[in-house]
Amino acid sequence: MYPIVKKRDLTSVTKLFEVEAPMAARRAEAGHFVIVRVDEKGERIPLTIADFDRDAGTITIVVQEVGKTSAMVNRMEPGDAFADFVGPLGEPAPIRQDGHVVCLGGGFGIAPVYPVARELQDNGVRVTSIIGARSADLLILPEEMQSVSDELLIATDDGSLGHHGFVTEVLREMIDDSAEIDEVISIGPLPMMRATAEVTRPHGLKTWVSLDSIMVDGTGMCGACRVTVGEETQFCCVDGPFFDAHLVDFDEAAKRGDMYVEKEQLAYERFKENTDDSRCSCGGETSG
Amino acid sequence: MAERDDRWEKVAMEELPADERVKGFQEVALGYTAEEMLKEAERCLGCKVPQCEDGCPVDVPIGAFIEKTVEGDLQEAARLILSTNSLPAICGRVCPQEEQCELECVMGKRGDSIAIGRLERYIADWAMEQGLDFTEVSESKGKRVAVVGSGPAGLTAAGDLARMGYDVTIYEAFHVPGGVLMYGIPEFRLPNELVQEEIENLRELGVQIETNVIVGKTITVDEMFDEMGFEAVFIGSGAGLPTFLGLPGENLLGVYSANEFLTRINLMNADKFPEYDTPVRVGDKVAVIGAGNTAMDAARTSLRAGAQEVHIVYRRSEDEMTARIEEYHHAIEEGINFNWLTNPVEFLGDEEGWLRAMRVVEMELGEPDASGRPRPIPIEGSEFEIEVDTVIMAVGTSPNPVVSSATPGLDTHFWGGIIVDEETGETTREGVFAGGDAVTGAATVIQAMGAGKTAARAMDEYLQDD
Repeated sequence: MYPIVKKRDLTSVTKLFEVEAPMAARRAEAGHFVIVRVDEKGERIPLTIADFDRDAGTITIVVQEVGKTSAMVNRMEPGDAFADFVGPLGEPAPIRQDGHVVCLGGGFGIAPVYPVARELQDNGVRVTSIIGARSADLLILPEEMQSVSDELLIATDDGSLGHHGFVTEVLREMIDDSAEIDEVISIGPLPMMRATAEVTRPHGLKTWVSLDSIMVDGTGMCGACRVTVGEETQFCCVDGPFFDAHLVDFDEAAKRGDMYVEKEQLAYERFKENTDDSRCSCGGETSG
Repeated sequence: MAERDDRWEKVAMEELPADERVKGFQEVALGYTAEEMLKEAERCLGCKVPQCEDGCPVDVPIGAFIEKTVEGDLQEAARLILSTNSLPAICGRVCPQEEQCELECVMGKRGDSIAIGRLERYIADWAMEQGLDFTEVSESKGKRVAVVGSGPAGLTAAGDLARMGYDVTIYEAFHVPGGVLMYGIPEFRLPNELVQEEIENLRELGVQIETNVIVGKTITVDEMFDEMGFEAVFIGSGAGLPTFLGLPGENLLGVYSANEFLTRINLMNADKFPEYDTPVRVGDKVAVIGAGNTAMDAARTSLRAGAQEVHIVYRRSEDEMTARIEEYHHAIEEGINFNWLTNPVEFLGDEEGWLRAMRVVEMELGEPDASGRPRPIPIEGSEFEIEVDTVIMAVGTSPNPVVSSATPGLDTHFWGGIIVDEETGETTREGVFAGGDAVTGAATVIQAMGAGKTAARAMDEYLQDD
């Protein structure tokens, strides 16, 4: 079992957990993910790590309630434990050693951007972070992001904080203002990552996205996480999760991400009926 | 006369009727009763030099165990089997005995071979029910050995090494041990509970099993030697990389690898959604591509999980099919349809990206190819469409590269198989041995067990010389 040692409410639907998983923490790096299972009847879901402490043997994950499993996770408290917690999986984030990188984080996608930005900054890279959410109250980890960014820009869909609109619009303005950017890393809902690709494509600006496909084993065994990247089928779990945004078939990725949407909805409804707590999941973004 | 004729015929084993068994996942083959078992054992000629033993990759003393069985000493029979085979209840069910021990049986020259597999299954099940413990562990050698993967190769190597007195730890990537025995082979052929019971016996030998550890990711082989105190490592990580055909539309929703489809159901209980949280989508009309044992398993599993109509689509003919004949017959009984000499060329989807049909081409057989079987050749202009809502690709698997790519000095073939000395299982990296599908690519449970056994012996020698 893998006990939760700390829990923090980031928003009404987004929670941060520090989980004791010494084996997984030992070799964890920015960009890796873990696969967790809540209990004996649970499904295996991939979660990109939001932080890690190799000495303490902990891994931090951030979970937004979008369905039954995430709802179950978010109702767990310190002392509760995951049945399974395995990793680190995937290839670590592409980390440059110099230059200027813009990191975009959207929704709970800000969480996995955090260790990536930190790693870049530790390597002497100038980091501009652009983070966004639907509204100010849903924006997570602004202080943390500030601490690992040379410059932090914020966008909210409703204009309640920072730029009124999308993070990609802020990026576009930067590019239009001829900012010198060497690479862009974008993590968030698929529409946001796709929009990032379209903003940078005309400028030939190297852009990475981190895909969170549906997975079962996470080691290349099942192929559930197939994604087309530049005419080739890749497995998100072992070839990714980072891919060249300009080569990803986002259309296919979006469809594959919705493969079980009806069943997920059914399970979620049943779960809510069976629990006293009937909070709505107004997070909006979907996740695999 | 009747009695005499009887002697040449194998005692039949009762099976669950087809119409009943397709409603669930209960085991199809029900096993012998005590009377049937004895009757079958008594058919054995008791050869002085039992030929059957030459056919067993794990050296089960078949002649001796059948002799003890006939004498009524089932306990000794069980002890004999377990002295060389850690997983007899599994082998008795899934070994292709017709190609191994039973192929060599002299009775087979005139009539039916002795049903060695069924006898082994009976004895193994009986010993399990009795709770017999044959734990015979040599004095501790005080040396630690790691095993990567808890499928048939790893379990066998671990069991043998533990018996020799080594301190063995198995690392398993999934949350339960068993490998392909759990995620791959369906419960109607091999109940999961039984797999766990045989694994429990290994634990009693002192084998430690650490689940949720992916060697190559969570820990590395280098760390095992340098930091964790292991003196030898056995890699039995299996053939966990599914083959796709690279056809247009292969990533449509509704196209599964057999690995994924079977794992969702066998390991994650997706057929019991929403009681269990893992979903699977089984359409009304399912096509399974390929005709090996995995294809049969996938076809029969989809039928049990709600499909109305299931087709096996194979580019060669019935004669070249690689599935066990017994499984093929079970599939026919259950109403699986077979489309021989048919090969998919494209998968067609609807606007939402769901599979709706498959374009196939008819094939004819030409000259033998590299596999020695007639090469299937597409017949020009014979393409047509089949409406399907689920396709399961069961066209093979290759060794998973996660371990090998993270282990310096461990050489592999271009297709991923770990290079070993076949006599010993030694790899190109000192102290590292390998066996099973990670070396050969997809093969059988018993071949993997044989390789685990060979490697355990060689590891013992290696560690003695140390």
